[in-house]
Amino acid sequence: MTTTLPKAPAGDAGPPPSGPSRARRALALARNTWRGLTSMRTALILLFLLAVAALPGAVLPQRTPSPNAVEDYLAQHPTLGPVLDDLGFFDVFATPWFSAVYLLLFISLIGCLVPRSIEHARSLRVEPVAVPRNLARLPHHAESTSDDDPDAVVEAARRRLRGWRTVVRSEPGGVRTISAEKGSLREVGNLVFHLSLVALLGGIAIGKILGYEGQVIVMADGSEFCNSGIYAYDSFRPGLQVDGTGLDPFCLTVDGFRATFRPDGQPDSFDAAVRFQDGEAVQSGADAWVPHDLAVNDPLRVDGERVYLLGHGYAPRFTVTFPDGQQRVGLVQWRPVDQATLLSEGATKIDPPGITDEAQRRRSQLAITGLFAPTSSGGGLVTSVFPALNNPEVAVDVLRGDLGLDSGRAQSIFSVDQGMVDQGRLVRVARENIKPGGEITLDDGTRIRFDGVENWVSLQVSHDPGQTAVLITAIALLGGLTLSLTVRRRRFWVRAAPALPPTTGGRTVVTLGGLARTDRAGYGEEFGRLAAALGARGEAEDDHAMPDPAVPEESVPPEATQEPSVDAGGEDREDPDGR
Amino acid sequence: MVVDAQLGQFGDLLFESALGVYVLAMILHAVEHALLRRPARAEESAREPVGVGVGGGSTGTADVTDAPGGTPAGTAPPRSRAERFGRMGVSLTVLGFALHLAMLVVRGFAAQRVPWGNMYEFTAAICLVAVGAWLVVLYRRPELRRLGVFVLLPVIILMFLAGTVLYTQTAPVVPALRSYWLAIHVSAAVIASGILLLAGVSSVLYLLRAAHENTPTRLAWAARLPGADVLDRVAYRATALAFPIWTFAVITGAIWAEAAWGRYWGWDPKETTALVAWVVYACYLHARSTAGWRGRRAAVINVVGFAVMVFNLFFVNLVVTGLHSYAGVG
Ligand code: HEM
Repeated sequence: MTTTLPKAPAGDAGPPPSGPSRARRALALARNTWRGLTSMRTALILLFLLAVAALPGAVLPQRTPSPNAVEDYLAQHPTLGPVLDDLGFFDVFATPWFSAVYLLLFISLIGCLVPRSIEHARSLRVEPVAVPRNLARLPHHAESTSDDDPDAVVEAARRRLRGWRTVVRSEPGGVRTISAEKGSLREVGNLVFHLSLVALLGGIAIGKILGYEGQVIVMADGSEFCNSGIYAYDSFRPGLQVDGTGLDPFCLTVDGFRATFRPDGQPDSFDAAVRFQDGEAVQSGADAWVPHDLAVNDPLRVDGERVYLLGHGYAPRFTVTFPDGQQRVGLVQWRPVDQATLLSEGATKIDPPGITDEAQRRRSQLAITGLFAPTSSGGGLVTSVFPALNNPEVAVDVLRGDLGLDSGRAQSIFSVDQGMVDQGRLVRVARENIKPGGEITLDDGTRIRFDGVENWVSLQVSHDPGQTAVLITAIALLGGLTLSLTVRRRRFWVRAAPALPPTTGGRTVVTLGGLARTDRAGYGEEFGRLAAALGARGEAEDDHAMPDPAVPEESVPPEATQEPSVDAGGEDREDPDGR
Repeated sequence: MVVDAQLGQFGDLLFESALGVYVLAMILHAVEHALLRRPARAEESAREPVGVGVGGGSTGTADVTDAPGGTPAGTAPPRSRAERFGRMGVSLTVLGFALHLAMLVVRGFAAQRVPWGNMYEFTAAICLVAVGAWLVVLYRRPELRRLGVFVLLPVIILMFLAGTVLYTQTAPVVPALRSYWLAIHVSAAVIASGILLLAGVSSVLYLLRAAHENTPTRLAWAARLPGADVLDRVAYRATALAFPIWTFAVITGAIWAEAAWGRYWGWDPKETTALVAWVVYACYLHARSTAGWRGRRAAVINVVGFAVMVFNLFFVNLVVTGLHSYAGVG
């Protein structure tokens, strides 16, 4: 916690560097670097750098929360975008330069905390400093006389100063003094605060290493999801040490979903009725399911996992009756293209049954694609006017041919492979708007019926073993900070001297002095009360006539802040005259 | 969830009245300021020409209206015209505050929730806290009354923006916001922001006054401001009070995010900017105890901190899209 950097002490003079002196120089350099790094000024600059380095993360879109926004930005800024991208500006919080700043800051913090904690622990054992010679020069001071003798005055004052750390000393000539201190909790608070910062970082790191996050869409018709591995998810973000094995194998089924909307289409509430089994129950094969109502703002907490309801949408259900009488049901989620009206798009793909010939199969696969409107506008061009299922209708194209599912290329579940359409291997055979119960009959006699609509929900499963630690350290941080900003360190001194008959009426002259070592505003009142209780009229100067509150040490009479020159055996010094 | 439209309109009326009263109060304070005579050189070198003996803590009961020390040293007669205008300004500020408070209460009843669910209400609430904090300062340090015009100016600008650009009709909030954390987290953010507004104003004035004290020929009008050390202290105490509240707001925001969005921290633009502001204020508090950094540089950092807060309120809500884009403007 040095604020000045000492000049390099060694190696300046003397002959060209020989072995040992070079070593000493290196040592000096290392020591100075360390001192510089742990100085208050460096901490300040690093803190400022941290703020500056984080700023692009607020102004520019970031890959972590919003990858699509980054793509948009890159498309709109073809020259600047890639440069920023190379410098990591779209992933600020994962860049080396951002990490460098906060790692240096935390090294500086630790280097600053350790000596400070030791020093503070030591200072708790050191007695309050001796009474300054001239109390009248202190910011707060008072004087009175008393008819009691100095010992009695000091004893009364000491009783009055309960809660303060006090020490009674004697000075030549029968003078008795008290030094009192209060407010060391400020320093404790400061240390707790800074230590909590370090612990907080540790807790965050645990989460980054051992946590994971996965998203999955589950049909709300009693479908089941089990946390058995990465493959169970639609997308999965593992921590650094997570390979997807050994997840807590809880299971859950989504039995139903209900959304309500206000008349203007704003969502009012979302609820999913789920049942779950924790990992233990799953493994023991028990058939006990616990019902739970999953809502926004209210995750399901099971084992070490949290399950969130992130969103919902619709899945139209189609029954295809082939000419030979066989039936296939198609039920797959369609994705909302307009969040306000939940107009959705998708592609329900169906393999004809009972066809063994590969070539024939590739001529007769079906896809039902198009738009779904939960509340249809009616008319030829279907669009949605409200997000609830008031008047559902689909506007579909039925395509027949080769869906390209065996091509080895990944394809979206929400659309057909446009390449197949372009090559003429997938051909539209019908286009129609249908309502639930409605049917399309294709040229070969195949009938497609729109049965109705299911809800789907998108769930997120999150696991973060560091989270509790982060919460606890955050609370400690707040507590420490509050202490350190509200507690004031202050000193109070009493000197009781036998009166010299010509000057005063009473037997003892009592002088009081007070000094706030931190933000001083407010001490005047307390000093006044103390002084009044001790029979003196407080002559506290006005608070705000004082110099800088945060750093009184340099601006007060030197003797006020001088630590006792000889600390060892403080009790001995109480009676230097051997009285 | 019913919304009482008539009550909502009444709230809007109260809002406009409060704004109007604030404007009047500011004009009165401006007149007060213009009437203040420049203190003589000698007093200037005393650095602290006003209010000695009215010190905040020492009397404790000092009242805004009959504090003897309210008279600036530079204006000789005990009840100068400047003082009369100043007192009227304070009375109107109190009246505006009452209307402003009533507006938020009415709005809360109309929407049947805490009245800070969109940017209009949020901004109005921040301004309410700022004016409230200012009245507390006035109560404890009546001699600072001459700052009224500078405190009311940003409040009026913010409220004007709230009433025009940001205005939204009374409505319930979307499900994602319906949580008791809305009350806790947003209240803390509102309180901290309001107090930090006061701190920011003090630091700006500190910079002006300090420039004047260094070179008395510059910014001659700044001679009418309280001494630089007084302004510095107001800024520090306001920041030291608001900083833990802001910390609390960030922490409760993280707790809420854990319940609502599946993670306690996700570098959403709003979260990021809140952290940046937090770090800047930590810088300020550090600077206050680093040799060579207190004074001017610390004040600059405090102003930067407030700039980040304003940026967070406007830019991040309106321009950047993130999870916090519930601003409901339009
Ligand atoms: C992670 C970054 C840091 C943050 C967010 C931070 C934040 C803060 C805050 C908010 C305060 C004001 C509370 C108070 O006055 O007690 C403070 C005070 C203090 N900090 Fe830090 N700090 C950080 C790093 C450091 C480092 C690296 C050092 C050491 C060089 C340091 C040394 C101090 C000291 C000595 C004080 C007390 C100042 C006083 O007594 O007024 N801090 N810090």
